[in-house]
Amino acid sequence: MTNLLLAFAAEGEELVEFGHGGQLQEWAWLILVAPFIAYVLILAYGKKLKYEGGEIAVAMMAFVFGYGLLLWLDTIRNHTVFEKAIEIGRIGDGMVLEWGWVVDGLSSMMYFVVGTVGLLVFIYALGYMKGERRNTFFYASFSLFAGAMLVLVASANLAQLIVGWELVGVASYLLIGHYWEDKANSSAGMKAFFTNKVADVGLIIGALALSVSVGSFRIKDILDVATHQGDALGAPFFGSTVAVAGALLLFFGAMGKSAQFPLHIWLPDAMAGPTPVSALMHAATMVTAGIYLMARMFPLYQEMATAARPIMIAVGAATLFLTGLIALVQDDIKKVLAYSTVSQLGYMMVAIAAGGYTAALFHLFTHAFFKALLFLGAGSVIHGVHSNNMSDMGGLRKYMPRTFWTFIIGSGALAGIIPLAGFFSKDEILGTLDYGGYTAVLWIAIAGAFVTAFYMTRAVALTFFGEYKGHGHPHESEGLMTVPLMVLAFFSIVAGFVNMPGFKFGESIVLRYTGFTEWLATRDFSPLGDHHPESLEWSLALYGTIAAVGGIALGWMFFGKDAETQEARDRVSIPVLYPLLRAKYYLDDVALALVGVIKGPAARFVDWTNTYVFDTIVNSFGFAAGWLGKFVYNVADQGVIDGVFNGSAGIASAAGGWLRKIQTGKIQQYAGALVVGAVALVVGFVLFNIN
Amino acid sequence: MELLDNGTVLSLITFLPLVGALVVGVIPRAREEAYKWAALLTALVVGVLSVVMAVQFDYGSSAKFQLGTDLPWIESIGSNFHIGVDGISLPMVVLSAIITILAIIYSWDHWEEPRNPKAFLILILLLETGMNGTFVALDLILFFIFFELVLLPMYFMIGIWGDKTPRTIAMFNLTTETRLYASIKFFLFTLFGSAFMLLSFLGLYFNSGDAGSRTFDIPKLIEMAPQLSALPIAGWLFAGMFLGFAVKVPMWPFHTWLPDAHTAAPTVGSVLLAAILLKLGSYGFIRIALPILPEQAMQWAPTIAILAVIGIIYGSLACLAQTDMKRLIAFSSVGHMGFVMLGISTLTEAGINAAIIGMVAHGIITGMLFFVAGSMHHRYHTRDMARLGGNATLMPKMGFILGFIAMASLGLPGLAGFWGEFMALLGAFKPAPGLPVGLFQTAMVIGAIGTVLTAGYLLWMLQKVNLGEPKEEWAGHEFHDVDRYEMAAWVPLLIATVAIGVYPKIVLGSTNGAVKELVSTLLENLA
Repeated sequence: MTNLLLAFAAEGEELVEFGHGGQLQEWAWLILVAPFIAYVLILAYGKKLKYEGGEIAVAMMAFVFGYGLLLWLDTIRNHTVFEKAIEIGRIGDGMVLEWGWVVDGLSSMMYFVVGTVGLLVFIYALGYMKGERRNTFFYASFSLFAGAMLVLVASANLAQLIVGWELVGVASYLLIGHYWEDKANSSAGMKAFFTNKVADVGLIIGALALSVSVGSFRIKDILDVATHQGDALGAPFFGSTVAVAGALLLFFGAMGKSAQFPLHIWLPDAMAGPTPVSALMHAATMVTAGIYLMARMFPLYQEMATAARPIMIAVGAATLFLTGLIALVQDDIKKVLAYSTVSQLGYMMVAIAAGGYTAALFHLFTHAFFKALLFLGAGSVIHGVHSNNMSDMGGLRKYMPRTFWTFIIGSGALAGIIPLAGFFSKDEILGTLDYGGYTAVLWIAIAGAFVTAFYMTRAVALTFFGEYKGHGHPHESEGLMTVPLMVLAFFSIVAGFVNMPGFKFGESIVLRYTGFTEWLATRDFSPLGDHHPESLEWSLALYGTIAAVGGIALGWMFFGKDAETQEARDRVSIPVLYPLLRAKYYLDDVALALVGVIKGPAARFVDWTNTYVFDTIVNSFGFAAGWLGKFVYNVADQGVIDGVFNGSAGIASAAGGWLRKIQTGKIQQYAGALVVGAVALVVGFVLFNIN
Repeated sequence: MELLDNGTVLSLITFLPLVGALVVGVIPRAREEAYKWAALLTALVVGVLSVVMAVQFDYGSSAKFQLGTDLPWIESIGSNFHIGVDGISLPMVVLSAIITILAIIYSWDHWEEPRNPKAFLILILLLETGMNGTFVALDLILFFIFFELVLLPMYFMIGIWGDKTPRTIAMFNLTTETRLYASIKFFLFTLFGSAFMLLSFLGLYFNSGDAGSRTFDIPKLIEMAPQLSALPIAGWLFAGMFLGFAVKVPMWPFHTWLPDAHTAAPTVGSVLLAAILLKLGSYGFIRIALPILPEQAMQWAPTIAILAVIGIIYGSLACLAQTDMKRLIAFSSVGHMGFVMLGISTLTEAGINAAIIGMVAHGIITGMLFFVAGSMHHRYHTRDMARLGGNATLMPKMGFILGFIAMASLGLPGLAGFWGEFMALLGAFKPAPGLPVGLFQTAMVIGAIGTVLTAGYLLWMLQKVNLGEPKEEWAGHEFHDVDRYEMAAWVPLLIATVAIGVYPKIVLGSTNGAVKELVSTLLENLA
């Protein structure tokens, strides 16, 4: 057996390593493997435990959090760049398939975000999911979800990235459709999976196009090409179709996961899953994947495939504004938050396409905390009133004070109120747009900030103010749920400070913290073209704040007081757009119609051709062979003269006769006929070819 | 280890099942345990031998035929008993040996009417000889004999143990038993293809030298590839082989025997058919058609690619229209084998590696799907997806396994099915020099879109079968979840699905060297 194993190794080197790193980085693969071990353990032993396996999941996430934190701190201190990979296959002499892990600014920030948000959400889930169905399976899938995201984030090559990418998709399918007794839920899971699968077509083709052209799956090698415009390495690719097409296809893939217009349609429906799933999905593990990919491939867009950027900006701008509007008319509190996520992802996409590497990732970082907070807060409310609909809520600030105050902090952060986290990151995005000269997009983004503040005020007012409209007695949630809320609220307040201009601890401090950018852009190519303002853009901050405060004021004007019906209040605010927004721009209907055509007429037509065209041809041959067999038999057996006479009769009864033969199981005659035919052909063949 | 020299291991792997079949045959019908054990032991010994083979194999020179022998056999026509394995056939032999063991374990307690375990086991073992023989044969006559040998046992399996419900033949307004229609269609259709294949083999033979020095030897014929390719009739020779192999794969539009045969076959029959028999065709392309007639392979490659992607889309759409769970799985093979053929048609290292890993993965995954479908039919006595539902509630383990393997089948990365599809698309992006790049890249895009449809029909199947509330008609039914024989047969396949997905080198480590050599020889012989 060793022979066998050695033999596999013999083909080439097994391990490759780039950059520098110590033991900590060497063993970083543990955080990728841990969730999968947890997955198996939960399925195997979870049922016997008190929290049905949740303990294992939380322990695993605690490990990921701890290790992720260490990696992040180390990266901040030492500006680590580390890559290691194990060969798992080789194609010819050229391309190598590998599992690898990367520890650099970008990935370690993601480890930290996934670890922190993940741990808090997992703890919250212990409380939230108590007494629910199939908890063991839930925690297993939840671990898988986190593990898939870590595999994606750690990717040193595009093949592995695709693996993590699609595993995230599958985990989301399982979790969104967790309550699959109800068909609507499993359909929502499928919608998420299909929409992402459509986008994945782009990702796969784009990844293949780039990798094959460069001759390596390694992201490092591809980016190397993308940053060598002047010399021989990059020359064949700059301005080439494959670079731009590949970059756009990757972007198309990112549009799926990061829910960019019009591929965002799966995300609001993904609310069908349990609330902790929504929190994790919207903050850390799924929708950030597309932004992460764009950031990982940043030099490609910034340097080589610059032609792709206007398209990305257009899509991002459309996303941030159009989907924000839909959030205005939602009654389901989770859908408000879902559309707000889509809109915020639009901000990130716009930023990264405009060259704002730091701005986009900073917003990803802060958004992860306050969006997780908002979702968990919404979950706490839902848990308290047993309804998703804000028309069943109202006045909850009295019943659920902790949830209320943390939700207010989250909303403020999302709206971009100084000094909460969202203010700083949004300002940085506005600064990037301004610096890049994208004036029109800048104003769309400011208008978007207004809309954001407006719908969040609406949501807060409808949920926590006015009279309680639901049934039963709302109650504050238990500590397992409120403590994560408070921790996230803390992060939502302070996360913005880590990138405050001029905010430096200096050499003397243990961390030697030198700002968000420096360690984030540890790769020599990352900061290219990145506009990272040295001070706050006060004029933009002013515009942004005016938009936010204006949105809050207007929102409070409309929704601060109770009204007769929900619909009446909504119509007041936006009379013309209301029907269009309620119908979500009819995108769902278009998608459903398309699926309907494929699943219905197209599939039925294909099946019809199979039965009535191809089968009929085959059967006709069969019947003809049967007839031939019978004819030969008659001729040989009953003489030529009788045979001619009987032959015509044979035609008439051929069909029936064939079937009779089938039923008696006599196959020899037809086989015989075929063999006779084959032999005849052979003879002819030999005569022609052999001299 | 002299026992291992001179092809002993390979000969045993090939013919031991035949001996086993004889042993089973002489044990009295009443002693069921005895012949079941005899069959299982035979399969296990063959399995162990296949592992011995894999250990003995020198992976450093996987392009060479190893562990084989070359003995005079039918001297009058220059046909030798020439066997051997290289990196391409090795995984196939191991797969075949393992699947046979699992098929027998599964059968242990799952006999379909009219039962008769003895006859059934004999057929399984006969099949194994045919399958293993095909993969180790290095002589065209030997190959042909084994290739045809698998037909008979499968014909009887379908015809005797198959689906007994009536079936109407469209356009002819005739009704017959499904098993009879399907078995005859399977037999004649395949025979039809292989008749032409035989003609081509003879054509190669007669052009391989002067009287007396002619040969059926595959390696020798590969050496003669430049001359053979230059023959005026070479195009026809390739066409003949194409027909024989394409029917077996099956490629669109030669696929119509497959849904019927698969649906009608007993569970183990479907498993073996999907897992191994389909691979004989694609293996034939790689082993015989491409290297011996490289020029024609180049000419035919675009056609094969087009048929392959039509198969991917056609098979997936047809799946979407199915109401019968087993027929859906059957049709899925048309799409999956489309990816295998797309890989082969690119004539690249990536594509042919993709084809082999795709063949192995499809064997494991689709074999597994048929196992589960069979076990569910065994319990529900229906395959109508409209009547099923809530399976994951009624039988959680069965539901989990079905869900897992459906995910593998839709090509989920990290599981075995992914690499074949991924690398086939990779090959199509940059096909062999001289092939039309635009056409292949279009094929790549269509193939990639096919993966969406694949996900579509599998997830819809899961939604209908696994999810939702159980239908009322099953209320009060006691369903026994996966039993121990099923577990024993399935766990190895599930493990293999993960193992190959995580570490594709299990297959690629064996194939890559051989494929590299095959492709470079092929391209050299073109010049």
